Amino acid sequence: MRAAALVLPLAAFILATFVAPLAVMLGRSLYDPLVADALPQTLRLLRAWDGERTPPEAVFESMARELLQARREKSLGRVATRVNRVQAGLRSVLLKSARRLRGTPGSGAWREAMIAIDPKWGQARTWHAVRRAGERFTLRHYLHALDLDQAPGGGIVRQPPDLRIYLPLLRRTLAVSLGITLLCLLLGYPIAYLIANAPPRRAHLLLLLVLVPFWTSLLVRTTSWIVLLQTQGVINDLLAALGLIAEDQRISMIYNMTGTVVAMTHVLLPFMVLPLYSVMRTIPPLYMSAAASLGASFLQAFRRVYWPQTLPGVAAGSLLVFILAIGYYITPALVGGQSGQLISNMVAYHMQQSLNWGLAAALGGLLLGGVFLLFLVFNRLVGVDRMRLG
Amino acid sequence: MILNRSGRLSLGLPAQAPGADRRPGRPIPAWPLLLLAVLILGPRLALAESLTVVSWGGSYARACVKAYHEPFTAESGIRIRLEDYNGGLAPIRAQVETGNVYWDVVDMDVADAVRGCDEGLLEPIDAGQLPPGADGAPAEKDFFPGSLTECGVGTLFYSTIYAYNLERFPGAKPSTLADFFDLEKFPGRRGMRRTPQVNLEFALMADGVPMDQVYAALRTQEGLDRAFRKLDSIKDQIVWWEAGAQPPQMLADGEVTMSTAYNGRIFNAQVLENQPFVIVWDGHVLDIGQLAIVAGSPNLEAARKFLSFATTVRSMVAVGRYISYSPARQSGTALISTHLETGVDMRPHMPTTPENLAGGLHYDWQWWSDHIDEMNLRFIAWLLR
Repeated sequence: MRAAALVLPLAAFILATFVAPLAVMLGRSLYDPLVADALPQTLRLLRAWDGERTPPEAVFESMARELLQARREKSLGRVATRVNRVQAGLRSVLLKSARRLRGTPGSGAWREAMIAIDPKWGQARTWHAVRRAGERFTLRHYLHALDLDQAPGGGIVRQPPDLRIYLPLLRRTLAVSLGITLLCLLLGYPIAYLIANAPPRRAHLLLLLVLVPFWTSLLVRTTSWIVLLQTQGVINDLLAALGLIAEDQRISMIYNMTGTVVAMTHVLLPFMVLPLYSVMRTIPPLYMSAAASLGASFLQAFRRVYWPQTLPGVAAGSLLVFILAIGYYITPALVGGQSGQLISNMVAYHMQQSLNWGLAAALGGLLLGGVFLLFLVFNRLVGVDRMRLG
Repeated sequence: MILNRSGRLSLGLPAQAPGADRRPGRPIPAWPLLLLAVLILGPRLALAESLTVVSWGGSYARACVKAYHEPFTAESGIRIRLEDYNGGLAPIRAQVETGNVYWDVVDMDVADAVRGCDEGLLEPIDAGQLPPGADGAPAEKDFFPGSLTECGVGTLFYSTIYAYNLERFPGAKPSTLADFFDLEKFPGRRGMRRTPQVNLEFALMADGVPMDQVYAALRTQEGLDRAFRKLDSIKDQIVWWEAGAQPPQMLADGEVTMSTAYNGRIFNAQVLENQPFVIVWDGHVLDIGQLAIVAGSPNLEAARKFLSFATTVRSMVAVGRYISYSPARQSGTALISTHLETGVDMRPHMPTTPENLAGGLHYDWQWWSDHIDEMNLRFIAWLLR
């Protein structure tokens, strides 16, 4: 009981700064009442519409009145932006109509008046878009995040090829994260082995060499890679000075995928080395000697005695690096150029530029779900209680 | 690009106001509170008579400072804090929606000003309150059609042109928009702004679409495909820029052989730095720059005063003495004179000079304000391919 009280501040802190914002953001990906609140009557009437012919006069009248009302309340712009996301081009139709309808026509003439302002009011497509934008709970953002869309008549279709962004990016992100995880494992395993089996004094020194970059600011490390890798950078200068490459053949190693992979591998390497080290430290060196004395070659001993014992560390390090890599944002943004961008950069784009927070939240939700799944699979295969995180 | 025009690292992180997420907390002793109050309120009190004006940086912002920021401060005693940005509504929306507005007046392109106005992010402007023209004509009549919108007041005409570095083309010289896309005749890397706006128009015109049919073509899928196909043909040679000050820099450094740019920036590099740049006016895209006041600006009165001052004929003409952008008021056209620092006649360099105007496309901000989100996605998808 008292122990619970001790963690209460931390629990409250996590609730307020992590769980609650996360829940709010995920809520945004599914729930958007803005249009529904602005056009309640119209949406109610549209429910009875057959979906093919131009809707009846009553729908037009209610739409016109609610547009004018939204204009008075200054929410029209936001409503129009939402509808425009379902079908591009409707933004100005809504705004223009509200502006011109001020000289209100008599009853019975709303339909003609609105179609006269813009013929799009006469198309069923427009009303389908309004109806869809008016859904309070919607899976639209998740569909968009998977490069899918709802067809006007219902049913799900793929986006046209020139609008497919997220699936290719998601695939790229997964591939890059896997590649970085493998690179980290290849580079980190020997280092961890070296540290774990060195005499204490040297081990401390080596450990410090891993920890110092780990403690250094991410930005400092990323920008140092820029200094090293850019076309007028240290490495290219060196190669050119040695005559290995011609002045006009400098290698572009940054602002592309190479930059992203190199910088991210470096940044994430300690997350692999530390769990590996902590596991290897507990493996008595005598096991390898025993295997050798029983006639096993080094490779055999490694494969059958040492490697299996390090698996919890390998699993922990890989999981850690992979999960971190999948959501990485700043490093690709700085050194990725155009071809080295990952899915998190699109999340940032929708958070900061297009301000389509619903879609940003859906992309984030997909990533979160993916990581969760991965965790479950890992738990099944390795067992979380066997993992050693450091 | 990670360094923006002012040389700071730009991470694409949103600007955050100091104190943006202050929350009521538990009681704390009085003296730190007092200290905090002094720290927070002190600067605000000191800034009471000051305005934050946001502009596009570089030589354009410098021209505005000389032409009307400094005279305004001298006349009214209101100090001006200048900030830079690269356009877009995101920072304004963030400020208005969190109720923490710290920008007062923003220099915007018309498409953004109209969208911002529709969304309630900008203060409506009463055109009747604006000062009359040089000939006494009321403001509504004096402004060129299209330069006054509900929330934005036009200040000047500017064009997106392309320019090349003369030293890189000793033989044949590029002279048409098609040449910009012709890598065989004119090899070398090209600079382009990292947005779909203007680039799609350039691509279509270079591909042979007549000027008056460009936007009709963009309304169709075939037209869009055609534009992106044209961009595709030079894609691996494009270096993208974001801030208006970058293209002259990239041309001078030899990073690109030609680049799209704002005409005034290239002009300034020509006359002030003697750079061997040549502007190609063929198919330039003409747009209007506007000033607008952010909704909920804490200095609304001062902002209105500033806006009136900045959009007088005198201010517009004064800007045109530092950079080659022409007045958005009809009575200003006759008053265009010489470049103040070098004495160069400004008339031939203005985007609205008849010879230049003839080859120019009027930017359709109405179409863009509807389609910018969709086009941005298409553009990003294309960049990723």
